[in-house]
Amino acid sequence: MKFSIQVNEGPYQHQATDSAYQFTKAALEKGHEIYRVFFYHDGVNNGTKLTTPPQDDRNIVNRWSELAKEHDLDMVVCVAAAQRRGIVDEGEMQRNGKDAENIADGFRISGLGQLIEAGVQSDRLVVFGD
Amino acid sequence: MSEDIKKFMYLNRRAPHGTIYAWESLEVVLIGAAFDQDVSLAFFDDGVYQLLKSQDTSGIETKNFSPTYSALGDYDVTKLYVEQESLEERGLTLDDLMDLKWEDEDDDWAEKDSIRLVSRAELTDIIEQQDIVFSF
Amino acid sequence: MSTLHTVNKSPYEKSSVGSCLAHVNSGSAILFYEDAVYATIKGASIEQLVTGTEGVKLYALGADLKARGITDDKLIDGVEIVDYAGFVDLAAEHDRVQAWV
Repeated sequence: MKFSIQVNEGPYQHQATDSAYQFTKAALEKGHEIYRVFFYHDGVNNGTKLTTPPQDDRNIVNRWSELAKEHDLDMVVCVAAAQRRGIVDEGEMQRNGKDAENIADGFRISGLGQLIEAGVQSDRLVVFGD
Repeated sequence: MSEDIKKFMYLNRRAPHGTIYAWESLEVVLIGAAFDQDVSLAFFDDGVYQLLKSQDTSGIETKNFSPTYSALGDYDVTKLYVEQESLEERGLTLDDLMDLKWEDEDDDWAEKDSIRLVSRAELTDIIEQQDIVFSF
Repeated sequence: MSTLHTVNKSPYEKSSVGSCLAHVNSGSAILFYEDAVYATIKGASIEQLVTGTEGVKLYALGADLKARGITDDKLIDGVEIVDYAGFVDLAAEHDRVQAWV
């Protein structure tokens, strides 16, 4: 079955992204397809490589990046939500005249249409939030 | 309707200005309108507050997105289900909500109400008919 | 046609558990996870509300129960414990997932 996942909250403040990660991992292990993971609202903060959690805690951002690498996951950060919250890739850096980018490995910034398209293409949309 | 048209519903259960959820949800609806799906919106619990008349955010200096609901008809988003019980629990009636209209091109551009008042049981059944349910 | 409802907030802090229980049809299922697992403790003030929906299957996420120190003997009778793989199965078995975020 084809799933898409929507993550509405950032790392550490809410359990939502932990739950979304565990669900995604379990779905992949069961042989399901994850069509896309879409990060919206404060969920875009899952996509910053500048996160530095203490060593004895999980690294939520790296965990997503590693899962994406292992399973060729499509992880999309919403551009409108990202611009508000300072999540920037190379293209956004140039377009908006910023002097830095901070997007983590495996994430890409794209439009809200990607969420709608995920809904069109997937059998199930599972939303994790506050 | 072609087979690849899905029934999409956006659930709105949150009040508008204390958090950004309602506004960013509306942004998804506007973008999603370009996708030719069968779209409807549900307003219940605190979501009914999103449709109140006379919202004016000038004093809190945040974006007042409430006029955007009036534009939904132009995007062919014409089914806004509002739950009766949620209004009643909050001391509100339909008269407290914005008068949202859409023009039906199949009916000589007649102006029709976008807001459809439904009971809790009816709304539950309507949600059960959807293919994809978005929550924000 | 049936729905998997997912709720993740304590019923004592937010209205999502109560609202979910008021909007659920027979044949559907509710998965309590994150802080919503507190709704599955027996003898609590909301137990009757939780068990009052006819024909609705109730599930709780085991990892969330365990994290919060809720042992199996504290659970409302009839609440079935699932792991994340079970969560995936429930999402696949039902026609849609309705998140009460």
